[in-house]
Amino acid sequence: MNIVVCVKYVPDATADRHFESDNTVDRVGVDGLLSELDEYAVEQALQIKEKAGEGEHTVTALCVGPEKAVDAARKALQMGADAAVHVLDDAIAGSDAVATSLVLAKAIEKIGTPDLIVCGMASTDASMSVVPAMLAERLNLPQVTLASVVETRGDRVRVKRDNEGSTDVIGATLPIVLSVTDQTGEARYPSFKGIMAAKKKPLEVLSLSDLGVDAGRVGLSVAWSQVEETTARPPRTAGEIVTDEDGSGAVALADFLASKKFI
Amino acid sequence: MAEKVKAYGAEKVYVIDDAELKGYLVAPKAEALQQLAAQASPSAILFPSTFEGKEVAARLAIKIESGLITDAVDVQAGPVTTQSVFAGSFTVTAKVTQGTPIITVKPNSAAPEEAAGAGAVEAFTPTISDGAKTAQIIASQPRAATGRPELTEAAIVVSGGRGTGGDFAPIEAFADSLGAAVGASRAAVDSGWMPHAFRVGQTGKTVSPQLYVANGISGAIQHRAGMQTSKTIVAVNKDNEAPIFELVDFGVVGDLHTVLPAATAEITKRKG
Repeated sequence: MNIVVCVKYVPDATADRHFESDNTVDRVGVDGLLSELDEYAVEQALQIKEKAGEGEHTVTALCVGPEKAVDAARKALQMGADAAVHVLDDAIAGSDAVATSLVLAKAIEKIGTPDLIVCGMASTDASMSVVPAMLAERLNLPQVTLASVVETRGDRVRVKRDNEGSTDVIGATLPIVLSVTDQTGEARYPSFKGIMAAKKKPLEVLSLSDLGVDAGRVGLSVAWSQVEETTARPPRTAGEIVTDEDGSGAVALADFLASKKFI
Repeated sequence: MAEKVKAYGAEKVYVIDDAELKGYLVAPKAEALQQLAAQASPSAILFPSTFEGKEVAARLAIKIESGLITDAVDVQAGPVTTQSVFAGSFTVTAKVTQGTPIITVKPNSAAPEEAAGAGAVEAFTPTISDGAKTAQIIASQPRAATGRPELTEAAIVVSGGRGTGGDFAPIEAFADSLGAAVGASRAAVDSGWMPHAFRVGQTGKTVSPQLYVANGISGAIQHRAGMQTSKTIVAVNKDNEAPIFELVDFGVVGDLHTVLPAATAEITKRKG
């Protein structure tokens, strides 16, 4: 089985995330890492491989992004992925989800005919949750998204999905695009052995021309949506804090809610 | 449904018989909308910002070569959208520059105003390809009704976290005294105390109510991402150094198991 897992390098949510003067996310000046939500995708890809039984099975981590984005692919290799591909090209900077899905789709075609493409449920920076669906559309594959439980048997996949008003069971036959939530279970930490082994695993760097993608179809200037303005919200300033003593907290809380007309 | 959207200003309502759409994941809906868009030539296509809405919108965007903006909290003429990003720390305005603008709109971001429209109903019959029907819904279990407002649409949300120790009774009673929805932090959901559907935060529901009350929730960045744009924020927590206190309008340092029942009684008394 040929499994591709898409991983994104994102600015650390606990760091000072901000925008550049061209309104793109600063992905270089802020500490970055493999998006936490993609760790679950790597974990599920590895578990599916481990359960696949006899035959040759590979998990290839795929990332698109600036030079430092290779850290996301490297982390996936340390966790246990067999190979990694990093699409690196200055022309990609500022791409929207539409262009990113094009680059990912072309890279997946380059990697070979995959049986399964696994994505996280969203990135932790833009958090649009649309790339898996766009990828499925471009590759003309079914999408089985937002899985909280994944079961594979042969070429059949069955997932549990918590929808807005219901919990559903979805069934499909490979190949598919699968996205998984953080409900699928803890992602493994790279072991020392895994970290050492990762250094010897194949990591291929590809440019847009390697993928046959016209540089004029990606990047900020041709994005199908443009950010006009970014404004930092004034930080919330701490309000009144009282310490409860013999029921005083409850009365003060009721007083506050009454003053705001909630009671 | 057609009557309802007419009351809110719809001039025309296209009705698609869902026999061919239900039972499958989003692909058939995207195909149907592609065909409808070709016929109706709309100047913009809006969706609710649910996971399904976003995924149908994503497939449609590729099909009709149009730009997509998700999670708008406001849409003005243009259309120019407003979004709240990076856990609510930035506000962004944006517009679609290619094709038919496709925009997903967050629930509870604008109060619906009644305005009678013509509401002319027209049936539309799409042709759905077999390829779109390959991901099937095998079973569907509707979530049990709680009798409380829907989390993402409620004006008041009362949430509980690790500090509840698994006992949500004081949270629920306090919520009921205010007519509020009940939410939960990741810690409470991961401990199995509350179902995932109640989770507020980055990977759960994003809420933006008039009042958010966090009880026994420390306020990790992932939780804040789901509630930071609430208008008024109140917290009850035993730990006076909990990060949640940095963003509250009002905070009580105390044990939620004593503060909440007393506050519930006080509110019930005042409401008479």
